[in-house]
Amino acid sequence: MIDAKALLDALRERIGLGVIAVSGSGLDVVLTVEQASARGALELLKAEGFNVLADMTCVDYLGYGADARPVPPSHPHRIPRWPSAPRPPQRFKLVYRLLQLDAADGLLGGRLTLDAWVRDLKGQRSVRDLWPNADWLEREVWDMFGVGFSDRPDIKRILMYEEFEGHPLRKDYPIGKRQPLIGREEAPAQPAPTDPRPLG
Amino acid sequence: MLPGVLTTRLDAAVGWARKYSIFQYPFVTACCGMEFMSAACGHYDIDRFGAGFPRFSPRQADVLMVVGTVSHKIAPVLRRIYEQMPRPKWVVAFGVCTCTGGFYDNYATVQGIDTVIPVDLYIPGCPPRPETVLQGLVMLQHKIQAQGYRP
Repeated sequence: MIDAKALLDALRERIGLGVIAVSGSGLDVVLTVEQASARGALELLKAEGFNVLADMTCVDYLGYGADARPVPPSHPHRIPRWPSAPRPPQRFKLVYRLLQLDAADGLLGGRLTLDAWVRDLKGQRSVRDLWPNADWLEREVWDMFGVGFSDRPDIKRILMYEEFEGHPLRKDYPIGKRQPLIGREEAPAQPAPTDPRPLG
Repeated sequence: MLPGVLTTRLDAAVGWARKYSIFQYPFVTACCGMEFMSAACGHYDIDRFGAGFPRFSPRQADVLMVVGTVSHKIAPVLRRIYEQMPRPKWVVAFGVCTCTGGFYDNYATVQGIDTVIPVDLYIPGCPPRPETVLQGLVMLQHKIQAQGYRP
């Protein structure tokens, strides 16, 4: 069980007012922090026994919320809107999913989600030194969303090829845009089959 | 006519020999591979049609079976494999992803391998049942037979 109150107190002591919100309790806690405080909060969580980084990803909130940013008129595809949702403070949100696993008996101590709103697209600090698997996860976040890391200036794509331009999971990546390395973009029109020989 | 002698045309004889001794190169990238294994193993037994001998070197193969989704990243590899095969050679697009991209109408997936290499036979299905595969193989054999001696 996570003692959310004690954790929150420790966090406030560590990173001050960087904690925006906390919700959930018991086995499943969600923390929202300022981007500048995220690294400090994650260091503290690692020290609190969150020894597994189960996942790290990103969300693009373009076009989301009551008064969403207008989509440029040049954009070829309509972006769906959820006008009833509250407007997110930033376009991108980084999500860290942490587990507290007891190495002795393998029991789950708790799950914690840390959300950090991305104010500066290259301002997030890497957590490779805390959880080594963050290396590939951060590369995936860079590849898919174009959210970089301040101490990884030469970060490489992990899934797409180096010639690929843009970040395909961004909401404003044109849904029909193809960047083939070789060959044509679409198949040519097929001629009618010429050998209608019956089978057998 | 001498006893024990059969006359034929060179075209027909070569086509007949080629269509019943297909050495296939399985280029397996995704879930269709399961159905390919099913078609290749004893229950459906692709060996009954003379195509039961997979070669894992393209230099020894004459039918390239492209089985599963092909991404833009792997497409240059696929073309290299195809170019390494000696003539005569044929290409089978196995499953809807190789035919058209299937439901992977997205940034990552080749929208049909015929944008990258020439294709002789399209086998639709997600995945195709082994019966579909075997029917496709018979159609490919007709094509090989009709092609005759041409390289």
